[in-house]
Amino acid sequence: MSPHAVHEPPPLVELRGIGKRYPGVVANRDVNLAVHPGQIHAVVGENGAGKSTLMRILYGEEQPDEGELLLDGETVRLRSPADAIAAGIGMVHQHFMLAENLTVLENVILGAENTRWGLLDRRSGRRAVREVSERYGLDVDPDATVEHLGVGQRQRVEILKVLYRGARVLIFDEPTAVLVPGEVRALFGSLAGLRAQGLAVVFISHKLDEVLAVSDHITVIRAGASVGSFATADADPRRLSRLIVGGELPAPAARRRGGGGEVVLRLRGLRAEAVADATLEVAQGEILGIAGVQGNGQTELIEAIMGIRAVSGGSLHIAGREATHLGTRGRRRLGLACIPEDRHRQALALPATLWENAMLGSEDLRRRSRWRVDRKAARDATGRLVAGFGIRSPSVDVPAAALSGGNQQKLVVGRELGGRPKVLLAAHPTRGVDVGAQAVIWERLRDARDDGLAVLLVGADLDELLGLSDRVQVMLRGRLSPAVPVGELTVERLGRMMTGAEPEPVDSAAENR
Amino acid sequence: MRPARTPGWGVASTLAAPALALLIALTVSTAVLAAVGASPSRTYLTMLEFGVRPDSLVSAVNRSAIYFFAGLAVAVSFRMNLFNIGVEGQYRFAALLAAAAGTSFDLPGPLHLAVVCLVAVLAGALWAGIAAVLKTWRGVSEVLSTLLLNYVATAVIAFLLAEVFAAGSATGSTPELPPSARLPELDGLLALLGVSLPAGAHLGGAVLGAVVLGVAVHLLLTRTLYGYDLRMSGLNPAAAHAHGIDPRRMIIITMLVSGGLAGLAGLPDLLGNTYRYGVDFPSGAGFTGIAVALLGRNSPLGIALSALLFGFLERSALILDIEGIPKEIVTIMQGVIVISVVVAHELARRMDRRRTARLVREGAPATPTAPATPAGPAA
Amino acid sequence: MRAATPRPWWRRPHVVGPVLAVVAVLLAVSMVRTLTGTEALTGSGVVGATLRLAVPIGLAGLSGLWSERAGVANLGIEGMMIIGTVCGAWAGYAYGVWAGVLAGVVGGVLAGLLHAVVTVTFGVDQVVCGVAVNILAVGVARFLCVVAFNGLPGAGATQSPPVRGTIGTISLPVLAGGWGTPDLLGRLEQTHWFLLSDAGGILRGFLHDVSWFTVVAVALVLGSVLVLWHTAFGLRLRAAGEHPAAADSLGVPVQRMRYWAVLVSGGLAGLAGSYLVTVASNVYREGQTGGRGFIGLAAMIFGNWRPAGTVGGALLFGYADALQLRQSTAVHVLILLAAVLLWMAAIVGLRRRPRLSGVMALLGMTAFAVFQTTDAVPTQLVYATPYLATLLVLVTTAQRLRMPAYVGVPYRRGGA
Repeated sequence: MSPHAVHEPPPLVELRGIGKRYPGVVANRDVNLAVHPGQIHAVVGENGAGKSTLMRILYGEEQPDEGELLLDGETVRLRSPADAIAAGIGMVHQHFMLAENLTVLENVILGAENTRWGLLDRRSGRRAVREVSERYGLDVDPDATVEHLGVGQRQRVEILKVLYRGARVLIFDEPTAVLVPGEVRALFGSLAGLRAQGLAVVFISHKLDEVLAVSDHITVIRAGASVGSFATADADPRRLSRLIVGGELPAPAARRRGGGGEVVLRLRGLRAEAVADATLEVAQGEILGIAGVQGNGQTELIEAIMGIRAVSGGSLHIAGREATHLGTRGRRRLGLACIPEDRHRQALALPATLWENAMLGSEDLRRRSRWRVDRKAARDATGRLVAGFGIRSPSVDVPAAALSGGNQQKLVVGRELGGRPKVLLAAHPTRGVDVGAQAVIWERLRDARDDGLAVLLVGADLDELLGLSDRVQVMLRGRLSPAVPVGELTVERLGRMMTGAEPEPVDSAAENR
Repeated sequence: MRPARTPGWGVASTLAAPALALLIALTVSTAVLAAVGASPSRTYLTMLEFGVRPDSLVSAVNRSAIYFFAGLAVAVSFRMNLFNIGVEGQYRFAALLAAAAGTSFDLPGPLHLAVVCLVAVLAGALWAGIAAVLKTWRGVSEVLSTLLLNYVATAVIAFLLAEVFAAGSATGSTPELPPSARLPELDGLLALLGVSLPAGAHLGGAVLGAVVLGVAVHLLLTRTLYGYDLRMSGLNPAAAHAHGIDPRRMIIITMLVSGGLAGLAGLPDLLGNTYRYGVDFPSGAGFTGIAVALLGRNSPLGIALSALLFGFLERSALILDIEGIPKEIVTIMQGVIVISVVVAHELARRMDRRRTARLVREGAPATPTAPATPAGPAA
Repeated sequence: MRAATPRPWWRRPHVVGPVLAVVAVLLAVSMVRTLTGTEALTGSGVVGATLRLAVPIGLAGLSGLWSERAGVANLGIEGMMIIGTVCGAWAGYAYGVWAGVLAGVVGGVLAGLLHAVVTVTFGVDQVVCGVAVNILAVGVARFLCVVAFNGLPGAGATQSPPVRGTIGTISLPVLAGGWGTPDLLGRLEQTHWFLLSDAGGILRGFLHDVSWFTVVAVALVLGSVLVLWHTAFGLRLRAAGEHPAAADSLGVPVQRMRYWAVLVSGGLAGLAGSYLVTVASNVYREGQTGGRGFIGLAAMIFGNWRPAGTVGGALLFGYADALQLRQSTAVHVLILLAAVLLWMAAIVGLRRRPRLSGVMALLGMTAFAVFQTTDAVPTQLVYATPYLATLLVLVTTAQRLRMPAYVGVPYRRGGA
């Protein structure tokens, strides 16, 4: 591939001077991007740099406020995804858009079905799906029900959907976020296959190593604008990372050695659905990180500790007290707090006001209230929280739904820390928040740790996990590895542990195929 | 919900939706009346003239007490996204048991009355509790179970009447309640206030009970921890559960409270009008209660107003038959009001949300999603 | 082609399970009949009545199926049926019985349109709207009844004059004695042989003197299977209920699919209503639907949102109703039947759910004790049989069902 050729054909897709504003926020400004056939074009940038908005514009989900979009050298307007599909642009969503109760075939042909005498022609559909999947090396059984497929296979179904519709440009939105390394390799193989067939691939990512490994060309987005575009062969990792963050990489924080205090969260052989034999200890003043590819039981582990998922065996101690048979409230009274992984589902009642949300799970306010709600105390406490965390809101009486994602998460973190807990469960505490809020949340977690809080941190973002944790345990197929001090870990070793490539001295050998 | 700042807007948006709904209902019923060849203006005027007569008003207020209790019962469950559609069965079952209990023993006045009321509350709660248990134990949707239990209640009531409580009675009803178990009338109280009622009209004691209970339920819902837990469980059950509010417990308690309130809906008739439970005991208030709760947006004050409206409409429609206009036009009006009020409120809710979002943006300085210098994890 | 061919349809779990269940129930019924000598349990008379009573429930269930498959909960089926009855009775009186059927459908579609506008366009809570539709329907029916029927011969304030004409019936020749041919199944039924005459009686009940309306209803079930599972339209409609955002991203007009689904749902509910005034009786009466819309929904839930299962559920409830109406003494035997079935369920579930099995066995014993110590179910309680049967079925099935993923969730582009 040589995007540098002198007689290069016109780009398949070109974005010129794209700008997009939301009320109060500039999402994109002056973005330029040119993607050629037979090219894997990486679009890189930090979380919140404006990559997703740009891709939504390219896929017709959003209309740009300025700039133009060219296909084969001609200006087009894409008013909807349907327009984009018709123009040969397809999107492989990060959050799969698949109906679980339908078969692969039904998901793929939906909206573009072949019919014979008015009836669904499943046979020809099946043939077409097989054809496409063989040509690009995507192996999926068309008659399997999607709910029975693994993550990698689901992604292949998403790719099939796009190819079945004859796309020439495929947008991949953070496609590796949900994959284990083996699946990532398979995905990269598929991408190479697409490139070999002369298709154009737009690959969105914030992971430099992946981008350098798979792409032909890189465009960097920072603060909503494209700040650099060059062939991958010419890219220097250091220069690239400076370009992405606009300065030096954040240095790993100076770490006060945690631990050594009294153990306040102790799990002994805890079993629950998707959790096998979890044993761990978190001491005062330390952060224990739980690494692992999503879907290996982390969600279930957290819910079991919180007390909203049935425990089928083992024991759980909080602050030295047996808590296995306590309900959620009983555990919270012992000093447990939690930042759940899905704040919209488990942390906030969006239509309720800030003070009502701040009171959720607050044993302090409940005690103070006795049977009657002490509104004044709740409002005052919320006001202090809003001020202390720099939450942008005109009053504590607006509904939580009105806040931005980052401010909502600050509210959640502030609420959970505000009860002066002994143990904090933090599941993906900075997922989907802007960089500013991320920094505030990290800082507060560290401060609380330094003040003696025990934190159990579950994360998918390895930088966050390694940057914050004192020790790390890896969760794989419901089992926890022994704890490893973070100083002895490298990303490579962690990766091997996450995939089971590094056998652990535990009796998990039988699990490894 | 507490709207953000700007006093006045909240009130306006709360009133706009019901007002719009009433307007739509008026339009539809005008069209229907015209279609069947009745003069809409004459119909409305006749209704109004008859409806505002003092004896009509008293009767409407008495009637509205029933709807108020039923509406409150429905509303409490609605607040938690539970749909207790079985108030109909609950209140009739409760009225039967209360009637039976009231005639089976003798106690001095107020105590007798209190015990009868208590029996009604417990019986209503018991019947609603069945649905609560089915939901928490086996995941049966309370919408279907409460509905089906209405029909079961009809059968059970018929059985209990025929075989137990009214066995051998010629009228097919329970014996008449003694005066000590009856609700006092408020005419004397009104006289003290200088209001005299026309002959034959009596303001039932249930009205006073409704006012007291309305205030109590309002306080329960807005000022107590139970009310708070109820609201949070209704808005986001998963988040409430994750923060120590046990959903099963909330479902059971709320259904019991709802059923207990439903049990009261039969009492204004039983203790102030019929004094006995028979096959001809007035029915239908449970379903009207749903309409009343929807129109009143599940708030006690709103329910009181909509109960008064429904009572007024039903009373004033009685004159229509004499005028040769089908009085059933009122049932259409009520139906249209219910449908249009839910639509109007959905629209108002969206407007409100957009407005608050704007308010928050304006109240807070705008920030670009990515600041020029990213702050990494600070040391 | 690779070897990975789909399993043949007769071996798929959703076919095998119900077939086994039917066989088990047949066995239990036959046992109970032989033991107690209650021939009515499987008599063609009761089975024929079962079919007649199952039609409105099945149509209501099918109505719910259409709507919920597209992601719109329809609690307003009862109300749509009510509109169907009053429209059907009016047109049936004025223009004859088939016009009544058609008018019922039209009325139902109009009620469905209202539900669609409120839930799909305005995004109002679907359960709330369904309840509101019921309230409105009662009002409209009451009003129309007074306006349309007042003063007509045979009519009252809450009743219509009789519908003109009747819908004919058909019997299958040779097997069930149609057109003067022999009635082989009838003879088999008279033998009272274990299992054989039960099967004979049941089959004869389904094939003898079947209303043309019923034939239409069966055709509609088959047609629904064809449309929903074997056309592009049906796939898109189901996708709107399984993952509307995904469907939308592929250019499927989600809202339009939901409109179609709710309109068809309304039509089927209206048809169920018109059945009540043309076949089940020949007049409109207030309160005639008697909760059949809700029982139909329960039948759909029992059938796990599938047409065959819905029909099965409708037949079950129809059976409870038929026994109640035709031979109320036989209802007492139902308690024994329930005991036997509970024991069977306890044995089947012994390995996977031992605790639940224990509860079931205990309930079975209680039922048996009740059966042994009583002689008859009080007549007033017999009336509750279909409703109690519905509740019982919901209790035993509610937790292992797979409803369309997005039922009850209003869809708006870009969330919220």
